[in-house]
Amino acid sequence: MASNGNGPTLLIGTRKGLWQVRSNADRSNWTVDGPQYLGHIFSHVVQDPRDRRSILAAVSTGHLGPTMLRSEDGGQTWKEASAPPAFAKGDRLERSLTRAFWLTPGHPSEPGVWYVGGTPQALFRTEDGGDTWAPVTGWNDHPMWETWCEWPEQQTPDGSMLHSVTIDPRDPSHMYVGLSGGGVFETTDGTDWHPFNKNVSAAFFPGADPYPEYGQDPHCMRIHPANPDRLYQQNHCGIYRIDRPSDEWVRIGDNMPREVGDIGFPVELHPRDPDTVWVFPMDGTDVWPRTSPDGRPAVYKTSDAGETWTRQDNGLPERGWYTVKRQAMTTDANDPVGVYFGTTSGELWASTNEGEEWTCITQHLPEIFSVEVAEPA
Amino acid sequence: MKVRIPTPLRSYTAQVSVVEAEGATIAEVFAHLDAQFPGIRFRVVDEQDRIRQHMKVWINEDPVRDIAMAVAPTDEVTIMQALSGG
Repeated sequence: MASNGNGPTLLIGTRKGLWQVRSNADRSNWTVDGPQYLGHIFSHVVQDPRDRRSILAAVSTGHLGPTMLRSEDGGQTWKEASAPPAFAKGDRLERSLTRAFWLTPGHPSEPGVWYVGGTPQALFRTEDGGDTWAPVTGWNDHPMWETWCEWPEQQTPDGSMLHSVTIDPRDPSHMYVGLSGGGVFETTDGTDWHPFNKNVSAAFFPGADPYPEYGQDPHCMRIHPANPDRLYQQNHCGIYRIDRPSDEWVRIGDNMPREVGDIGFPVELHPRDPDTVWVFPMDGTDVWPRTSPDGRPAVYKTSDAGETWTRQDNGLPERGWYTVKRQAMTTDANDPVGVYFGTTSGELWASTNEGEEWTCITQHLPEIFSVEVAEPA
Repeated sequence: MKVRIPTPLRSYTAQVSVVEAEGATIAEVFAHLDAQFPGIRFRVVDEQDRIRQHMKVWINEDPVRDIAMAVAPTDEVTIMQALSGG
């Protein structure tokens, strides 16, 4: 596949195939390649940051079972995993994986290790770069799993999913996961998991306590690589930050403009500055249209850890009626940072100056589920 | 016996639409298919040996509910998918 130059490549997972959008070194020119695997659902496509060559893709179709594709040549050729993520035969709850949803490369000290979360809300791990996968029994068979995951209820129309598999860069056994719905959970040994939702609202519950121990609906969670004590979370009920060792989240979305609110799917980090974050607010009123508030698309950026927010809509349409899903926004490692998002209407937008101005790279793609950066090898 | 392969699974069979497989049950047929075309079984049958919700398997004109169902060498097995929506 032709390469446009030595800039980042965007891996675009859509409802109907995979596209790769390649840039030159200064990110001024973009080449759209694809589709690969036309018609297949690409939930998440992620480059291995440890070798910048391997890519994994969590794939399904509307009828076939889920599987995993692997590329060892930067996405030119793909090979199916010989043992895709699956529960054990004879699983105690007779579970079967219907969707592999969220991919996370393992800790830098564990080359070849990846995690994937899916539907039902289970976690799987590979140690050979994605060829063979096994259930993470410490989570999947935790005594509280059925309670935390409200098994066998499938809470949402698309099924509940485990996402935001988050690994502490200082310690591979210190992990967080997000359940939509169910909340955030933490482990320090891979076996002893506990809810991690203090001060996070679950206002949708009928009970008297809007801050239950679990049951929240995190949409996306990120840990800052330069300050792993800091995490951000875009939740169904607001935007939050936490600074460990505190175990209480702070609702930084309260500082967003009231008419915009602090509902959304993605939350994306500046690769070097732990105080800088981007979100893409959506309309969470009435029947939850999940389009931009008032149909006016905008990114919001904070540069002070959520104390204040700045609207960034230069170049975006005055009106647009789309959603940006939780894996469909990302940042690159350049200076200034590139920020990218893909829409449910198949548009791919880029800013090469940290959100100051936006350019539409391409449109008319299928519904975009995932936008991730593959840095040049 | 002959096994008819639907288009979504022909990437596994080098685009061949009818293949040969052996087995006394549908489970054995799928095991033999998977030995010939690695990965094909899991797309149709889940890890608990259930035929996936939107996949259908037939022995001649009889729908298969359970992969333990017996099949004879003269039977024809058909795998289908249930497409819906866009």
